[in-house]
Amino acid sequence: MHRLFVKYTIPDSRSKVYKKRFDALGLKNKLGAVYLAECYTIDASLNHKQIQAAKNLLANPLAQSADTALAAPRHFNYALEIGYLPGVTDNIGSSAKETLADGAKIKFKDGQNVYFSQIIFVTFNTPTTPPRSSGHLSLKRRGGSTEALKIAASLYNPLIQRAAIKSREEFLRDGGMDLFAPEVKLKGNNKVSLVDLNIADEELIKLGKLGIPNRVIPAKAGILKKDSGSGAGMTHRRGSLALGLDELKVIRDYFNKLGRKPTDIELETLAQTWSEHCKHTIFADPLDELEKGLYKTYIKGATEKIRRQKGRHDFCVSVFTDNAGGISFDKDYIVCHKVETHNTPSALDPFGGSITGIVGVNRDVLGFGLGAKPIANFYGFCLAEPGDKTELYRDKNLTQPMLSARRILDGVVAGINAGGNQSGIPTPLGFLNFDPRYRGKPLVFAGTLGLIPKKIGRQNSWEKQAKRGDLIVMIGGRVGQDGIHGATFASEGLDKDSPATAVQIGDPITQKKFSDAIVKEARGQNLYHSITDCGAGGLSSAVGEMAGQSGGCEVWLEKVPLKYPGLAPWQIWISESQERMVLAVPKNKWQKLEKLMEARGVEASVFGKFTGSGKCIIKYGKNIVLDMDMDFLHNGRPRHKQISSKPRVGTDTIRPLPHKNDYSDQILRLLQSPNLASTEFVSQQYDHEVQASSVLKPLQGRGKINSEAAVIKPLPDSKKALVLAYGLHPAYAELNPYNMAAAGIDTAIRAAVAAGADIDYLALLDNFCWCSPQEPERLWQLKESVRACFDVATAYGTPFISGKDSMYNDFKGFSRDGQPVKISIPPTLLISAVSVVPDAEKTVSLDAKLSGDVIYILGETNDEMGGSEYIETIVNSKIGIPKLPVPSVNSEKNYKLYKALFAANQKNLIASAISVNRGGLIIALIKKLMGGGLGAEINLADFPGNWTENYQALFSESQGRILVSVDPKKAGQFEKLMSENIFAKIGQIIQAPILSIIDKNGKTIADIKISDSLKAYQSTFKEF
Amino acid sequence: MTNIPIKIIVLAGYGLNCEEETALAFNIAGGQAEIVHINDFIDRPNLINKYQILAIPGGFSYGDDLGSGKAYANKLNNHLKSRLNEFASKDKLIMGICNGFQILTNLGLLPGVLTFNDNNRYTCRWVDVVSRVALDTKSPWLRGVKSLSLPIAHGEGKFTADDETLKSIQSKKMIGAVYYTGEMCEYQNLKSNPNGSLLDIAMMTSADGKILGTMPHPERAMFFTQLPNWPLIKEQLIRAGKPLPKYGQGLRIFRNAVEYFK
Repeated sequence: MHRLFVKYTIPDSRSKVYKKRFDALGLKNKLGAVYLAECYTIDASLNHKQIQAAKNLLANPLAQSADTALAAPRHFNYALEIGYLPGVTDNIGSSAKETLADGAKIKFKDGQNVYFSQIIFVTFNTPTTPPRSSGHLSLKRRGGSTEALKIAASLYNPLIQRAAIKSREEFLRDGGMDLFAPEVKLKGNNKVSLVDLNIADEELIKLGKLGIPNRVIPAKAGILKKDSGSGAGMTHRRGSLALGLDELKVIRDYFNKLGRKPTDIELETLAQTWSEHCKHTIFADPLDELEKGLYKTYIKGATEKIRRQKGRHDFCVSVFTDNAGGISFDKDYIVCHKVETHNTPSALDPFGGSITGIVGVNRDVLGFGLGAKPIANFYGFCLAEPGDKTELYRDKNLTQPMLSARRILDGVVAGINAGGNQSGIPTPLGFLNFDPRYRGKPLVFAGTLGLIPKKIGRQNSWEKQAKRGDLIVMIGGRVGQDGIHGATFASEGLDKDSPATAVQIGDPITQKKFSDAIVKEARGQNLYHSITDCGAGGLSSAVGEMAGQSGGCEVWLEKVPLKYPGLAPWQIWISESQERMVLAVPKNKWQKLEKLMEARGVEASVFGKFTGSGKCIIKYGKNIVLDMDMDFLHNGRPRHKQISSKPRVGTDTIRPLPHKNDYSDQILRLLQSPNLASTEFVSQQYDHEVQASSVLKPLQGRGKINSEAAVIKPLPDSKKALVLAYGLHPAYAELNPYNMAAAGIDTAIRAAVAAGADIDYLALLDNFCWCSPQEPERLWQLKESVRACFDVATAYGTPFISGKDSMYNDFKGFSRDGQPVKISIPPTLLISAVSVVPDAEKTVSLDAKLSGDVIYILGETNDEMGGSEYIETIVNSKIGIPKLPVPSVNSEKNYKLYKALFAANQKNLIASAISVNRGGLIIALIKKLMGGGLGAEINLADFPGNWTENYQALFSESQGRILVSVDPKKAGQFEKLMSENIFAKIGQIIQAPILSIIDKNGKTIADIKISDSLKAYQSTFKEF
Repeated sequence: MTNIPIKIIVLAGYGLNCEEETALAFNIAGGQAEIVHINDFIDRPNLINKYQILAIPGGFSYGDDLGSGKAYANKLNNHLKSRLNEFASKDKLIMGICNGFQILTNLGLLPGVLTFNDNNRYTCRWVDVVSRVALDTKSPWLRGVKSLSLPIAHGEGKFTADDETLKSIQSKKMIGAVYYTGEMCEYQNLKSNPNGSLLDIAMMTSADGKILGTMPHPERAMFFTQLPNWPLIKEQLIRAGKPLPKYGQGLRIFRNAVEYFK
């Protein structure tokens, strides 16, 4: 074992940023300088020459020094070391290992690794206070001080990392930090056990909820989770199967018929395959009068109806059947799109949850058809405001705190940064949405678009089939214990028994290597028949799904490459270790594929073959450990009859909102709401220029305004472009779930149309994040929303092509004073839109262009203040939200309007366009002006709609509205083209950067300097 | 003028990710670019003889895990050091964009170090650069280039070097281009130097000008519609009755390189 310490010999800007971060912990007046060093712990034997070589390989001599001893700075008070826990993905360690093996000819034995850790030296200007206790930190050291502990706690996440602290005295006495290599040591129980299902119902329920009993372990073994309530000699269980009593009974009957007990791996496989996460049971099972369930009736039903109506104009190519949904881009290409959520993992480790979210959804695109190339990423975060100080704990004893709202924000933002940027995929669009109800369970949406030629050789690229005799091949990363029970875990609420093994860290470079090898080489050489992503459920899901294509499989589990020895067969089969794909490879192509993958630095291994036996058979060595009918595996799950019930409506009465003579101050305050403020700090840290496809960017115009739509041009030699947009309105959900969903769809489409989209060539994706479906009221809300999806999508002719649902976004835990707390998210539906347009140059940015341009409002402004940002932010919700109408969608009128606007764009009539969304007209108007660095004079006199009060005109969030500016010379032509729609001229762009608004009576109700509004807009996240 | 094809090798693999658009830029400029995975290059090192230009594109090789460009440079050094030095000593051109620039400094083919941005954050935005060699045309890459607006996207783009090196690169006129406040900084009110680079250095050349390292991405400013302000320019041009341009300024660098061999 060797350690190499690398230090910067030139100024290290990271230390300043670290100091700033620590200062913000309330240490500003105490903290002096901060120094950093990197530690590589090399678990191999090196000779002197190799050590010298290693130093050169790990440090740039012009900027860094490398040494086997850790030279401390002259002044410091504490040294902290943060490293990973055993088995946690360590990308820096892996890269170091690779470069050391290549350059220093170090031979690593199986299981030997390089481990990375970060060392931080901190100095204090004032005396520090001794710690009362180390709090929840599992710090080994007795050293430390309250201040040093605070710093450590802000740096590391005990679920994945370890921290050590030494005072200067301890450090000098011990000669540095202690050697620690987080090697995985498993006791190696790779036996398969039988599970008895012929037990009492209550025992069966326990089995489903808590998992298969492992063995009896002494009570003091400590680290393992125990079956609560059994006292000493507790039974250790493996973690929830999330199987209900009726499901377990069906399984029992199946095996009783076979005359044997199921093996643990059989039961685990059924749990994965039947999980809500994989089978989407809530959407699939009957609900009230809907025999076919929500999905088939309303989502798939809408798409089928639309496709029939579109006839030869149908652009759908592959919908709902594959990992992503695909539509025709042009005569030669398909574009596919998928949006996923990664909520529960992000609550536990925001960085890990978010990076695996984005890298995972990239694989959905790589697994579309024969493998599409990812061309754009999308993100969405629903969080509590970073200043939310609510403290939550997962356990009654307050030993398992939830991370702070700020840590969650920082972590999820950083995760997409690492995953997206390192993968070389542009991120042109995304959003942040804040609500205190996301404090217990943050939502992390991650989406990816892909592009694939329609023909691969002579084959249709969107069709794939594993054939009998094909080899089952896994490429990419190896299998470890990470992510075990990820699928079943996400199918239940988050509580104290949520296993930390559900937390993973992505490895984008491993994925980038096989992504390139697949899309750029193997695909074109026809080296495989089928491909799919290894995601939730691991190999059990991926192989199970592909075996469905061929009609069976035989798996040789001992051939699966492992990260470390000691995994039991069931663990290998359901592990969700990241960065893997499964391929069906014809025997005669295997050698070629193996050679190609080796040349690209990608590990590929055969571990079975597809058959037509109708059975899924798994062998581990000589033994058959799983033998089930494919039909039972995929179709055996009993369907549940679900009943919804309408929640009782509140009795709030309508109360008039206070009037104001001048709304300028309220407008500036509204602009600072985190839901409306600039999130430039996020947009700017995500590469949106890579692949050279950017057309309309995330930050538009002079004022760098966050856009709600983006445009990319994926093929350099084609003018065709993709308009991407999104919509969500969780604030309306509890008030009116039908209108919430309708508004979400209209908002996504409207944002796309404002940017130049063609509503006749536009597809939608739905992502439902809901609360516990065990509550009939939640099911009623869900049903209402899904019904709205059908109504609005069919009215617009915009098909759903893909979607995903995530249930159980409820947090059950304890408050700071140990009281039980339940926090459910507001039911959240994210709608994503993608539209193909003929000419990138005819897309439209949101910023006002030139003074003298005429401003028009398209659509009607109604008295629809319910759930508005104005009500939530300005009319403080604490005084009780008056029951006001929630915006509704008139799809017939809107459709006509959107078509007309598209026609106007094709004639270059529109100089700028912005969708009127959250915050109402005034926010859209100000964004347009800040974007252009220009002013405007607005008169509310001719404003169409049923609004009566000035605040309604300004802040109502009526749907179907777009604000445009037009060259005065083209105004006539524009008005003629729009003549069958409701719209009005409301003012003019002026050079002086001031916005003034006059009401019907000629009174000025707002007078705002654009520079002040920009300052307000950019102030909220300025220090982020 | 000759009609001999100008061939460009664009390296790929291990997380480099701008090879396709870099090859495209050279192709639009009239060259013949080929993308070669580093492992194929290692297997067949003679391959390089058929190329006039070597380009190391942008990306995230090895995830920047050991410091940007370090691990990829290690790999090149371990296997291809003499080939690269030989190529550099001939009348040939080498370019490193972003991660490629970081690799070139790690290889020692360009001086100095590219380290963490002052804000210690990956930053994607547009910058303006002004070329210091516009007048003496010493670097074929930058011949006739006075100023350019290009995007950056990096976490480690701050150029730094010791005083002696800084003096030397100044006296040898190796600074290719520096950040300044031009069209884009004025448009979006951005500070000119995005990362704290010493002497505002954005591009660096070798003493003979044949090696160019650039943090901004010229291949991401190939087309008119890549500009942040193209919708405004479009309105101005249409109202003036003028056609919209197809290309952006970034192509000039690639054209210069191809022209050099003609």
